Amino acid sequence: MNYKYFPHTDEDIKSMLDKCGLKSLADLYEDIPGELVLHRDYELPEEMSEVEVRKMFDELGEYNQTLNCFIGAGVYNHYSPSVINAILSRSEFLTSYTPYQAEISQGTLQYIFEYQSMMAALTGMEVSNASMYDGTTATAEAMMMAVANAKKRNKVLISDTMNPIVTRVVETYAKFHGIVVEHIAAVDGVTSREDFENKVSQGDVAGVIVAAPNFYGIVEDYTGWADTCHDNKALFIMNCNASALGVIKTPGEWGADVAVGDGQSLGIPMNFGGPYVGYLCTSKKLIRKMPGRIVGATKDMDGKRTFVLTLQAREQHIRREKATSNICSNQSLMALYVTIYMALMGKQGLKEVNALSYSNAHYLADELCKLDDFELAYPGKPFLHEFAVKYKGENINELLDTMLDAGIQFGLKIDDHTLLLCATETLSKDDIDDAVCICEGFQNIDK
Amino acid sequence: MNNVYYGKLIFELSKEGRCGYSLPKNELGQYKLEDMPAHLMRDEAPALPQVDELTVVRHYTNMSNNNFGVDTGFYPLGSCTMKYNPKINEEMCNHHAFTGLHPLQDPSTVQGALEVYSNLQYSLAEISGLSEFTLNPFAGAHGELTGLMVMKSYHLSRGDEKRTKVIIPDSAHGTNPASAAVCGFNVVVVKSRPDGTVDVEDLRPLLDDTIAGMMMTNPNTLGIFEHNIAEIAQLVHEAGGLMYYDGANLNPMLGMCRPGDLGFDIMHINLHKTFSTPHGGGGPGSGPVGVREGLEQFLPNPRVVADEETMSFKVVSNDESLGSVSGFLGNFGVIMRAYAYILTLGKENLRMVGPLATLNANYIKECLKDCYELPIEGVCKHEFVFDGLKDKSTEVTTLDVAKRLLDYGYHAPTIYFPLLFHQALMIEPTENESKETLDGFIEVMRTIAREASETPELVKTAPHNTPVRRLDDTLAALHPVVTYTELVADNQ
Amino acid sequence: MSKILEGLYYSESHEYVKVEGNIGFIGITDYAQHELGNVVYVDVPEVDDEVTAGEEFGAVESVKAASDLMSPVSGTVIEVNEALEDEPGLVNKDAFENWIIKVEISDLGELDNLMTAEAYKAFIGE
Repeated sequence: MNYKYFPHTDEDIKSMLDKCGLKSLADLYEDIPGELVLHRDYELPEEMSEVEVRKMFDELGEYNQTLNCFIGAGVYNHYSPSVINAILSRSEFLTSYTPYQAEISQGTLQYIFEYQSMMAALTGMEVSNASMYDGTTATAEAMMMAVANAKKRNKVLISDTMNPIVTRVVETYAKFHGIVVEHIAAVDGVTSREDFENKVSQGDVAGVIVAAPNFYGIVEDYTGWADTCHDNKALFIMNCNASALGVIKTPGEWGADVAVGDGQSLGIPMNFGGPYVGYLCTSKKLIRKMPGRIVGATKDMDGKRTFVLTLQAREQHIRREKATSNICSNQSLMALYVTIYMALMGKQGLKEVNALSYSNAHYLADELCKLDDFELAYPGKPFLHEFAVKYKGENINELLDTMLDAGIQFGLKIDDHTLLLCATETLSKDDIDDAVCICEGFQNIDK
Repeated sequence: MNNVYYGKLIFELSKEGRCGYSLPKNELGQYKLEDMPAHLMRDEAPALPQVDELTVVRHYTNMSNNNFGVDTGFYPLGSCTMKYNPKINEEMCNHHAFTGLHPLQDPSTVQGALEVYSNLQYSLAEISGLSEFTLNPFAGAHGELTGLMVMKSYHLSRGDEKRTKVIIPDSAHGTNPASAAVCGFNVVVVKSRPDGTVDVEDLRPLLDDTIAGMMMTNPNTLGIFEHNIAEIAQLVHEAGGLMYYDGANLNPMLGMCRPGDLGFDIMHINLHKTFSTPHGGGGPGSGPVGVREGLEQFLPNPRVVADEETMSFKVVSNDESLGSVSGFLGNFGVIMRAYAYILTLGKENLRMVGPLATLNANYIKECLKDCYELPIEGVCKHEFVFDGLKDKSTEVTTLDVAKRLLDYGYHAPTIYFPLLFHQALMIEPTENESKETLDGFIEVMRTIAREASETPELVKTAPHNTPVRRLDDTLAALHPVVTYTELVADNQ
Repeated sequence: MSKILEGLYYSESHEYVKVEGNIGFIGITDYAQHELGNVVYVDVPEVDDEVTAGEEFGAVESVKAASDLMSPVSGTVIEVNEALEDEPGLVNKDAFENWIIKVEISDLGELDNLMTAEAYKAFIGE
């Protein structure tokens, strides 16, 4: 046998078996009843050389099309600095396990500490955990945290302006965990304050979950919402676009108890849906109710400043059947991704990304609305880089197909007359002009 | 690792006015962010560092030197399957034709990605002897939760609402009871026999019509194959329950045994263990969930299915599904790596993974059992547990042995798990380690055993050669300092 | 050898209650603090909260483990030991001196379900 991932020579195998008092590799499985052993090869392809593997993925890749991206809906095509992948490919980071042996894991522990510090600064919250799978599961975890914190309440409210993809995951977790989820109505693209106040004042609500910016890209005004939640002993939970937090009012400033969301917008490639990174930040008061891992500063025997996994007794694999969370690891490498992103971009870079995206999106909105077929779905509502438009033409599918032929994914179709569009700093004015030009041309054909 | 400890934080390298990025010029400056209503905007920019590009590169490069990975050295961490993470997998997952795909873009433009997903689904089903897989769950524990949701959905679909309990052996990973609790089940613990396997006689009286199913790891966390598995599965099925297979220990089964053939109905696989995707310091992982025929409809949305008519792949959702456990189709980058691994090995090498991993474990066990306490004799699978040193006359604990290993350039085994033994030391080599590597490790373990008897103080104060020494866990937990802001305040 | 005080009542989950009239001082036993190791946090209820015999009322946390506190008796919390907030390690120093909550016991009859010092000593096998 000669295979690149197996160093065993026939001689090695023989001498190792001898040491174990066995004659063949099959003897290692003699305790398994024969009828349970697989006596055939897998029905899978034969081994491939690297040459063939590369060819295989090249061929598969030909059935994909990387498009000019006018779609967001929770995943955003932002600029990703080349430094990040170079650092992430360092195998000391890539091939390590969870940093249980702190003495030889200071690299991982330290960047998680930096990550926590940056996420706390970004959200305006006091503490952050070491990261979670993604924004949808982080929001579900925040819901379970609210219910565990409230002890005897098992209802949460979620705004209808939340991205429906997030709501679906929250509702799935809720159904199995025995939590009742009620929706707060949306009026004119924003969460109904009246409906919120009616529902939260029933006295049985553990938490209220809203979005910033919301699914339609609108930055909602949450003045007084945290107070109303607290008056009714409910936690106020905000799901925020991480990149937008560089400029919009933070959950901390709104008085939220928990800030959650996806960190993908901090430069992580879209990667067909993952891996991304979820974040969850809260107040110091709630730190022991917070799910997930946490890294803290401490000292070693020589008094050196060091970092270590801490408050581990709260963790789910130790709590076993008392668990109130399903997060038993973190998304470490992706946390490193956004940490390096934030280190490079700094406070000024994040603002500039938002300013560029704002200009592009507002230009796109203005130019589209000059055409007869388009108007803003929620005129007058403030947005950053994403917005909904009403499409008055008849053939939205044909328009979108025409765009695909031109290499453009022109937003997300919400229904036959509504599109959710997004423009980040990765689009140029020419890209936008091209798309608007197609819309204009299509309008003429359509008539 | 370097011996020069690098401990600065990025915030301590920051200087007002520095920057580490470049962005396109704003051609549309007439649209100003400042026009947003002021009361919706944050008062101050976030307190992020300001550093130039080279400073950032050096900072994280130096930091990585304080880390130990599989590429650095032998990593015998029990239950974690720290196998080699092939470089070709990394290259493929960064393939430019895949990384720029938006998860919601038109399915006609992502057929290659969907084919990768579908091919991995098929491969896992073949390897595990089950019918269909979802690749959506993000990690092992997430897979467990998803699998238990399938179990619950199955019972509820039959109107059988009284099945509220899940049976879990006392040797199980802590995530099993945690996932069951999060899924709204009550946990019933079944005891192990002295040989570490499930006590069938203890199991029988637990089985009634309130049992939704049983979760098992096989080989179990002691590395012992549950040889009564067929009987256990039959008993649980007769009681109307389903069998859940925790795939954490799937590695020794490769080529030898399929969970579906053992009577399991639902399972998860840790792609970051058995299928060689890197652990990344704690994530991202991937925890695909497979089910036997008849349970497919309960798998989470969205699902990828092949449409024979149009010869294309579709992304669909169905009403009977348990719901959604992820936004999209899971950690696609990890799926790409696992698929590259399966293609690279092919059927003839995949079948050698289990036997070679098992040979390596047994070899270490046999070579060390005279100086470490082996509580369960006999052939193990891919891992085994020592209950501390054989010489119990010194105060040297398993923790001390683990820390001393770091001095010799090895990662420590898993310690104090499973809970069945007080001084548990759980060792898992993988199929990728050579006899020379194992001999080197064995030699060091013997040296440490000798040191423990002759110079216990040396072992009790280890590590001595690592970038930092033993840390004060109690201080960290008593007085949590978890951000730079707190650290600065704390120093004042 | 753990310290066990005469005259107190003990539960199987290692809490004790020291009774003065209808007031009970509830804490964890010396044996329990020893098993847990360095206590780093004690999660306590609020004054006026109701506690129920056999049900959870808080938790103690050490570096490696968290253990729920089960109330040995039912009643109303009239005081919590605030010193433990700043110095949870007091529980390790003297588990009996440093009670966790003080309750007004609603049913003194429940004490009959608990163990005496002698029975508890046998229970923990010392």
